[in-house]
Amino acid sequence: MERTTMDLWVGAFVVAGMAALLVLAFKVGNLGTFNNNETYRLWAEFENIGGLKVRAPVKSAGVVVGRVADIQFDNQTFRARVTFNVDKRYQFPRDTFAKILTSGLLGEQYIGLDPGGDPENLKDGDKVAKTQSAVVLENLIGQFLYSKAAEGDGNK
Amino acid sequence: MVERFLAAVRGIGHRVVDAVWRMGYAARFFVATLFHSGASFRRFHLTIKEIYFSGVLSLIIILVSGLFVGMVLGLQGYETLQKYGSESALGTLVALSLVRELGPVLAALLFASRAGSAITAEIGLMKATEQLSAMEMMAVDPIARVVAPRFWGGVISMPLLAALFSAIGVFGGYLVGVVLIGVDEGQFWSQMQAAVDFREDIVNGVIKSVVFGIAVTAIALFEGYDAPPTAEGVSHATTRTVVTSSLAVLALDFVLTAFMFRGV
Repeated sequence: MERTTMDLWVGAFVVAGMAALLVLAFKVGNLGTFNNNETYRLWAEFENIGGLKVRAPVKSAGVVVGRVADIQFDNQTFRARVTFNVDKRYQFPRDTFAKILTSGLLGEQYIGLDPGGDPENLKDGDKVAKTQSAVVLENLIGQFLYSKAAEGDGNK
Repeated sequence: MVERFLAAVRGIGHRVVDAVWRMGYAARFFVATLFHSGASFRRFHLTIKEIYFSGVLSLIIILVSGLFVGMVLGLQGYETLQKYGSESALGTLVALSLVRELGPVLAALLFASRAGSAITAEIGLMKATEQLSAMEMMAVDPIARVVAPRFWGGVISMPLLAALFSAIGVFGGYLVGVVLIGVDEGQFWSQMQAAVDFREDIVNGVIKSVVFGIAVTAIALFEGYDAPPTAEGVSHATTRTVVTSSLAVLALDFVLTAFMFRGV
């Protein structure tokens, strides 16, 4: 069996296909940026998570430090229980504040972590106690109308 | 009157039985192909030849179509996104639609019409000119010698073609979006990388293209092998290959998408 030009073409084709997959993985996908680092797991309870989804980013000071892993409804407390993975490189104090925020006016929702001042750090499996729920537009409008009505009553 | 009614019922019954029969034959043919594929890996140069015919020769059409699909996505996506002031999400739109859907599906449709029809015509003609019977006379199993290498050639080529389609499509979107229209380059790539997940999107796209490759090649091989050994029979079989495998790709795509991207 001899080497033929056909082998060369097939080899070039396979190499090009593999290269395309690598380009997709590293340039288009997120394999190059944030994946292989070890993470630890935290959880928090929210009154209302709004439109938060699994895989939404967890940011602190605008930097992505983790991803939401799981969202569940707790039937005991009637609150949403959100579990998220945080990169091992980043440690947060025990009194860190977790908020659900929105990027841009119509953007996706993410968890923002505001570090507190506690000397001890959060460990794997810990609960982030202090949380702030997502802003729900209907509730906001409701509050606004209510306060307007109250103002109107006061002026009488 | 009653006679004609009965004849119609008989006709329907005949067709149903015939379709089920053909289905069973196709399943047996598919299993036999898998069973005899050992030879196509032991004598790998046979498979290499088929990768050349179905993969390398389809490259031009795949690359050109991918580039144009990506460029159209860039133009249309920009048109719509800029109405909401979010043209920076153009990279996400182009990459997600290519990697998840358009790459695997369009590459499979092109592959069906470019390589699938050629496989059917070739095997149908081999049958019509009694080359397959001649092989059997020489104690060479035509499924091991002719069918299995073509099957694996198609199954190996398909994911590579789909990946090339997606990659060149993203490049096309980049050309139109960033170079031509002037969307910010940093936002284009960073939003894309933030939204496209390796396991969720890229691996699922590759799985799709492997499934499409199996479906298209198996249908093309079976139609060729089952074609009546006449000029008309081969031409009908070639048409049926393109129609059936295109429909199969679209139907399978729906089923796979329903399983893969369920409300994440």
